[in-house]
Amino acid sequence: MSQSSQHAPAGGGLQKILETNSILLIVGILLLVSVGGVVEIVPLFYLKNTIEKVEGVRPYSPLELAGYNIYVREGCYTCHSQMIRPLRDEVERYGHYSLAAESMYDHPFQWGSKRTGPDLARVGGKYSNDWQRDHLRNPRAVVPPSIMPGYAFLSQTPLKAEHIEEQMKTLRVVGVPYTDEQIENAQADLLAQASPDAPGGAEMQKRYPNAALADSPSKSGVTEEDALVAYLQHLGVSVDFKIYDDKANVR
Amino acid sequence: MERAPFITKQMTFGEKSLSAVFVALAIAAAFIATRAYTPAYAFHAALFSLGSVGAVVAIFLRYRARDAAPAPLTIDGRPNYNYGPIKFASIAALFWGVAGFVVGLYIALELAYPALNFDLPWINFGRLRPLHTSAVIFAFGGNVLLATSFYVMQRTSRARIAGDLAPWFVILGYNFFIVIAGTGYLLGVTRGHEYAEPEWYAILWLVIVWVTYLLIYLFTLARRTEPHIYVANWFYLSFIVTIAVLVLGNNTEIPISVFSPKSVIVWAGVQDAMIQWWYGHNAVGFFLTTGFLGIMYYFIPKRTGRPIYSYRLSIVHFWSLIFLYIWAGPHHLHYTALPDWAQTLGMVFSVVLWMPSWGGMINGLMTLSGAWDKLRTDPVLRMLVVSVAFYGMSTFEGPLMSVKAVNSLSHYTDWGIGHVHSGSLGWVAFVSFGALYCLIPWAFNKRLYSLKLVNWHFWISTIGIVFYITSMWVAGIMQGLMWRAYTPQGFLEYSFVETTEALHPEYVIRAIGGGLFVIGALIMVYNIWRTLASPAVEPAQDVAASPMPAE
Repeated sequence: MSQSSQHAPAGGGLQKILETNSILLIVGILLLVSVGGVVEIVPLFYLKNTIEKVEGVRPYSPLELAGYNIYVREGCYTCHSQMIRPLRDEVERYGHYSLAAESMYDHPFQWGSKRTGPDLARVGGKYSNDWQRDHLRNPRAVVPPSIMPGYAFLSQTPLKAEHIEEQMKTLRVVGVPYTDEQIENAQADLLAQASPDAPGGAEMQKRYPNAALADSPSKSGVTEEDALVAYLQHLGVSVDFKIYDDKANVR
Repeated sequence: MERAPFITKQMTFGEKSLSAVFVALAIAAAFIATRAYTPAYAFHAALFSLGSVGAVVAIFLRYRARDAAPAPLTIDGRPNYNYGPIKFASIAALFWGVAGFVVGLYIALELAYPALNFDLPWINFGRLRPLHTSAVIFAFGGNVLLATSFYVMQRTSRARIAGDLAPWFVILGYNFFIVIAGTGYLLGVTRGHEYAEPEWYAILWLVIVWVTYLLIYLFTLARRTEPHIYVANWFYLSFIVTIAVLVLGNNTEIPISVFSPKSVIVWAGVQDAMIQWWYGHNAVGFFLTTGFLGIMYYFIPKRTGRPIYSYRLSIVHFWSLIFLYIWAGPHHLHYTALPDWAQTLGMVFSVVLWMPSWGGMINGLMTLSGAWDKLRTDPVLRMLVVSVAFYGMSTFEGPLMSVKAVNSLSHYTDWGIGHVHSGSLGWVAFVSFGALYCLIPWAFNKRLYSLKLVNWHFWISTIGIVFYITSMWVAGIMQGLMWRAYTPQGFLEYSFVETTEALHPEYVIRAIGGGLFVIGALIMVYNIWRTLASPAVEPAQDVAASPMPAE
């Protein structure tokens, strides 16, 4: 029994052509599904006002980058956003709304989609390093009703960052402006930021302004916790909002 | 390789070349394993190597066991359908489904009782959550789509599936991808993109599998003896083609080394966000919607014995659905640093999308015209029909939540989680259960063991879904309102953690709902197990291969 030869091509001749020819059918599908994506995505790469012009946003230091990798690895983004919306309560709770420029070097972006825990876009500098460490090791010791998992294992895991230069080089390929000097000194900078008694702290901070130094020397080498805390302390501190002009960047 | 001199049986070109490819892959992967930067990557390279060896062995054993001549395309003038890969995928779907639901239940309990994280890396919420989402969407849903599409493409074309090894390569290769992705999450290998976490090497493998899948589909359609391509196939094809485009766009990444699992995505910040949600929302649109609409368009007419309500409506809603869906992504980024023009486009198209979505719902539900009484006697059909009703409900809720004013309240809260689950449990899982209750007996030539147990499955799971989505509505709206509550003096009324505390009862109720859903799935597993253990029945008369079209 022929199931379809008996029905009239209700969509007219074109539909009949498409549903009797699989190649034309998928060409038709491809054409239709391309439109929306092209219109919404392509202009983001050439409209100049997509990313605000701001001072102060820099690539992550090697230690921060290692911390960012841990943030991604542990799936922190499944519960924490890094995107403050321009709504009254959010700006009062978390600080100035997030700018596109602030995540322009994040490959991948970590804006998140769910706030099981609070937004972290401006958590940098809000708490001391010690608070962050205590909280990571046992969240409920610091915030009793917290439902965050404990991350004590980070403080016992030595940081493996021997390949961080390769990541920095790859990031440079996709547009993050790491200099040769920054890549050459990656391991030294990482150590200098993690342990205040290591040499080169001043040079490191020259290469990475605003980088938060660890305040106690790490006893058993650099740990994953050191890296994650350095990353968290850098979140949202790049742009000085006392001098930032909102009106210059209305989109 | 030894063989008796008189037999003309020879390895086909496909068997030889695929074996050669797998030998090369086994060697390359073993080499990478010895130099891998991380233990997790070494483990994965070793899995690739062992899997390739296994594939070569399997090809050889299959060659030893098979007849000299290739399987005939027709027997006595009837298509010689190939059900082997379908059987595997349908059972794999059940396995991954239960695994994914159980992980979901566990992470729901972790949110209610955080001690269950045990402060271990492998089972903390952040690593298990991608495991849950991938297991239910891509492992459970993906295997259902593979099984049903392989069935539908053959039956509606009245032709044997194209390829000899290719269908097995797709089914086994896809499940291997699932194993790599899932174990990767537990070991901390992730790209950090929601619903797109697998790293570059897993995606590379997936692309090869996916292209083979598309080719099988096209070559099978080319063999069809029906002039027209049945409507279910349009939906399956749009799912396959569009998912390929989305995965390629959202995985434009450069590995930092061939010895490292880590890659760097080309896109950053706001562009990465837009591309991610272009991908993410259309994973919903084309994986979880058009793929499963393909199931609806075959299995509901087959089960009711009625033609599709309106052929005209299926044309209109198909083309408008696929055109409009793609635009909806930015509604995941309302009030973010994405430019306003893109947010507005996303909102407008999301609202318009309501219409073609309901076009599909109407076409599915109205197919029961004249057969509504079967809902009383056939719990499998009831499952299929209720899934379409849930589809209608969540495709109404979605446009509502994509309106910016609503979204300012609902975004970042559990309302989103509830919305996703009314779609995924109510629509995707129910239509999958219904299809599997049909497909497994058909493919294995068995009679379904118990309709009564299907009835239990239906009601227990439905009650579970109701617990789930109502508790998440309450949780989401309550938390959204608490975040923006002010005291009369003009201060924020609640600290963040007070809102977390307030959610505890809802999280417990949600876990109860999830638990009921797991129980329902376990009843299904028992029912299917008893079905497979029962003696084979006479092959059903080859009734109409495809549903009757509407007049």
